[in-house]
Amino acid sequence: MKFSEKWLRDWVSPQLDTQAMADQITMAGLEVDAVAPVAAAFGGVVVAEVLSKTQHPNADKLNVCSVDDGSGDPVQVVCGAPNVAVGQKVPFAQVGGLLPGDFRIKKAKLRGEESFGMICSASELGLEEETSPGILVLPDSAPVGESFRDYMGLDDHTIEVDLTPNRGDCLSIKGMAREVGVLNRLAVTGPAMAAIETAHDETFAVTLEAPENCPRYIGRLISEVNPAVETPLWMVECLRRSGVRSIDPVVDVTNYVMLELGQPLHAFDRENLQGGIVVRMAKQDEMLTLLDGQRIALRPETLVIADENGPLAMAGIMGGEHSGVSAKTRTIFLESAFFTPLAIAGQARSYGLHTDASHRFERGVDPGLTALAVERATQLLLEICGGRPGPLVEAVSEAHLPDSAHITLRAQRLAQALDKDLAADEVTDILQRLGMQVLADDNGWQVQAPSWRFDIAIEEDLIEEVARIHGYNNLPSRRPSARLALRSSNEARLSESQLRHQMVARGYQEAVTYSFVAPELQATILPDAVSPKLANPISADLSVMRASLFPGLIRAMEHNLNRQQTRIRLFETGLVFNGELDGLSQVPMLGALACGPRDAEGWAANRDAVDFYDLKGDLESVLGLGGNASDWRFEPGEHPALQPGQSARILYQGQEAGWIGTLHPRVRAKLGLKMDAVLFEVRLDALSEGRIPAFEPLSRFPEVRRDLALLLDEEVPVQVLLDSVERHAGDCLTSIKLFDVYAGKGVPEGHKSIALGLTWQHPSRTLNDEEINQLVDTVVIQVRAELGAKLRG
Amino acid sequence: MEHLPTLVSEARHAIQAADSVVALEEIRVSYLGKKGEVTALLKGLGKLPPEERPAAGEQINQAKQALAQEIDTQRQQLEDVALQARLSAERIDVTLPGRGQPNGGLHPVTRTLERIEELFTRIGFDVAVGPEIEDDYHNFEALNIPAHHPARGMADTFYFDATRLLRTHTSPVQVRTMKAEEPPIRIVCPGRVYRSDSDLTHTPMFHQVEGLLVDEDVSFADLKGTIEDFLHAFFERDDLSVRFRPSYFPFTEPSAEVDIQCVMCSGEGCRVCSNSGWLEVMGCGMVHPEVFRHSGIDSERFTGFAFGMGAERLAMLRYGVNDLRLFFENDLRFLRQFA
Repeated sequence: MKFSEKWLRDWVSPQLDTQAMADQITMAGLEVDAVAPVAAAFGGVVVAEVLSKTQHPNADKLNVCSVDDGSGDPVQVVCGAPNVAVGQKVPFAQVGGLLPGDFRIKKAKLRGEESFGMICSASELGLEEETSPGILVLPDSAPVGESFRDYMGLDDHTIEVDLTPNRGDCLSIKGMAREVGVLNRLAVTGPAMAAIETAHDETFAVTLEAPENCPRYIGRLISEVNPAVETPLWMVECLRRSGVRSIDPVVDVTNYVMLELGQPLHAFDRENLQGGIVVRMAKQDEMLTLLDGQRIALRPETLVIADENGPLAMAGIMGGEHSGVSAKTRTIFLESAFFTPLAIAGQARSYGLHTDASHRFERGVDPGLTALAVERATQLLLEICGGRPGPLVEAVSEAHLPDSAHITLRAQRLAQALDKDLAADEVTDILQRLGMQVLADDNGWQVQAPSWRFDIAIEEDLIEEVARIHGYNNLPSRRPSARLALRSSNEARLSESQLRHQMVARGYQEAVTYSFVAPELQATILPDAVSPKLANPISADLSVMRASLFPGLIRAMEHNLNRQQTRIRLFETGLVFNGELDGLSQVPMLGALACGPRDAEGWAANRDAVDFYDLKGDLESVLGLGGNASDWRFEPGEHPALQPGQSARILYQGQEAGWIGTLHPRVRAKLGLKMDAVLFEVRLDALSEGRIPAFEPLSRFPEVRRDLALLLDEEVPVQVLLDSVERHAGDCLTSIKLFDVYAGKGVPEGHKSIALGLTWQHPSRTLNDEEINQLVDTVVIQVRAELGAKLRG
Repeated sequence: MEHLPTLVSEARHAIQAADSVVALEEIRVSYLGKKGEVTALLKGLGKLPPEERPAAGEQINQAKQALAQEIDTQRQQLEDVALQARLSAERIDVTLPGRGQPNGGLHPVTRTLERIEELFTRIGFDVAVGPEIEDDYHNFEALNIPAHHPARGMADTFYFDATRLLRTHTSPVQVRTMKAEEPPIRIVCPGRVYRSDSDLTHTPMFHQVEGLLVDEDVSFADLKGTIEDFLHAFFERDDLSVRFRPSYFPFTEPSAEVDIQCVMCSGEGCRVCSNSGWLEVMGCGMVHPEVFRHSGIDSERFTGFAFGMGAERLAMLRYGVNDLRLFFENDLRFLRQFA
């Protein structure tokens, strides 16, 4: 809602300057977004009369005029406007005057003719954004010599209020004035509005076929109007200061009354109406061409104003082109109706429309305004366009009109809610000034909300009104009290924060990437992924939900590679989305990516490229946090984004929990990435599971270690060997250390040498050599039998 | 016996001339060892007449002790020199950086979220999270925002189909918690939220923290006190002015927007606060009875308050970040500033 301060002050004018009033409005919950002067700074412009006009001797398009600017002698001025004419009252910038844009008026000679000033157009005065085609012509009544600013009331401000959707009642000067009146305890008085005397008896029938959506419809025929006249300047200015453009006098009057009172109105050309007005639901695919030229196929949930030929207008949203008023219109049918908020809500948006009317009807227009608004509009139309008004035709379904809410406000509840005992008189006063019918009793107040307040329905609404007017900042603060309750805490569980901090300790920067990604990127990385697609994405690049953290991490890597960052360690936590909407899984994951040298550049740094085992080490440090590293396994596996032979499925307690590997060279090439990368992602729920430490007594007996070098087929994963060794090394085995892996000279082709250090310890006695030798023999025999592994000679 | 002085003198010269501990040891052995020359003199005492033996023995012993002492002194000196030489040889530049990996760092939004969570969990709030693809019921209906409510226009929603959407706030987590638990309830709900908006000051995804406290006799004063304490604690400024402005959210009544005195200009007026001296930082209010009804909580017995804030906004104010979009570019040069 945007309006002129002067217009508001015509209704109610507190002793506050502009900013103080704006602040007061803001602090009452009607947030003032902007306060701006209605006209740019200019001076030295007065009302003048054009006394004479002669063709410039040396220029076809210029005239030499003399004007009376009230200073005494006529002033000569050269004017290029095509519309300048003798007898006009015009804004005249005198020599020495200053126009917007710091344009100083000086005595000048134009093609040999002297010019002492300038006759101004609206745009030259900063009153119109588009360049005006001619000078601004003022009404004949404009007093010559008066300051143009004063004459136009330009020392005024536009106040723009960002209203919350519950306060549709403030979408008018009347509504804003009501609030300002309440806040300042001032009476609010608008211009006199009285019922218009009718000049004829002609009416036009109105039928309500959907009374639950339109319980009241008032119409009036005004004949013999002349819509070809110009809208008076004062009205054009009022509209302009409210951000509404002047169209024609009929539309301007309906807009003016909407801004003034809050009731949207519509005017039809009587000649284009057949039979009578029917307010009904649209039929499926009925066609209507709107005022803006759009042709729309209507749906049955849309309320329309129709005549016997079909729809004329989308009720409460926009009129039709065919039935609209034009300069030729002679008889107007003026509509003022109450459409229920639910009938209009969502309809405009469903057709891609949003109008001043729909904005108001969706939020609720005072059903008590319907008749008043027609009378006010009639009054203004008669003043401007002339005409003969007929009687009001009212179709109403009382049963469907909204009931004002009757609410009990309990004094005890109010005091409890605000932690303050407000004086009963103050509460009564606040409620009454807000327009409520109030009956105070011993326990509180019986309240009936006014017809314009659609947002007042329950006791809490009244508590808010009282708090709001009393002032939130005049209410007390306290700290909540509660019983100190100790709650159980799951010691085995790791928080997401602990996991994140471990990644940070390992040198990774946390990334936050969008949860939606480009479908092509996801398809390149994960061709088989199925994840939900947005119906209304903000762009195609952000249209499909990520099925993995990989796409976002890879994009972030690319962003950094393009900015000379060559050593990248990133991780992210967040949900990934897999499956169709039905049966969708939204699983929190930890993902990481590493690329570039193993170490940060430095005098002692290892300059090798980071590889699978670096990343795996980082991951293992996270897996180890919970103390149950042995529940985790890695097994060779193939993943579309990862290089075969350098990728592993990560298992937690035998269940797949993630993937780790080198980015597939094909993916890298397709994405045009400049460097290799290694990545992993793992389910956070599995990572969060730890264990509670369980003590085992320390053995007082010596431990025995034996080292074995085994030759193993290079295709056999070491994990298989370790499992086999563990199975056969007896109960007293306490650790297996894998201390060397070697292939090359001295090791047969197709094999690798694995060096293991086995340690045994018995809890209650010393193990003897014979026992250990026997265990070693068993291990050697079994790994040979199971895996073909041989002792290296 | 008569050549003892010569022997001692010789030995002294040799000791002084020794240039290593090894050489010195050789000298010790050659004079004082079992077969050493001085030792040989002692062994030769028996050949002397008995009356000369004590005097001669004492002389030899004195000479032996004196030499032993000189050897020790010399050894000490040689060892000192050797140690000095070693220390000097092993000198390193201690100003060179240490080996190992640099630390990473948390994203500034996470850092902010963790800080907010910590402030609230310290006074007994739990952290609750929930799904991001939500349904219409949990994101709107249960929060007193029925279909076609004008408030749906307040948040531009990303939809998947007629009923499924990306949550526009973390309030659905509050709904789920209230349905599952009995009061007293004290939770904060951090997480990603989504709105179809993208320009200089909006990103289609951002983070919120919402809070909820439901108990008997919870008042607007409790809400004000909690918010004031939180903002003072978060910005570590007890003198920070906080004001409450009436506003509207369908799920709270009364509702308020919270402004703080601009932390950039201390309320003097600057670009960040559009010269108003105030910054809007969060929304809050008392839980609407309709929300309680959806969650099966008796609104006569229990009351509660809820609040919500944008983590990026708070991070920007706290750390002076001037461009929202930086949070999602994941530029390492940006991220490293928050380590």
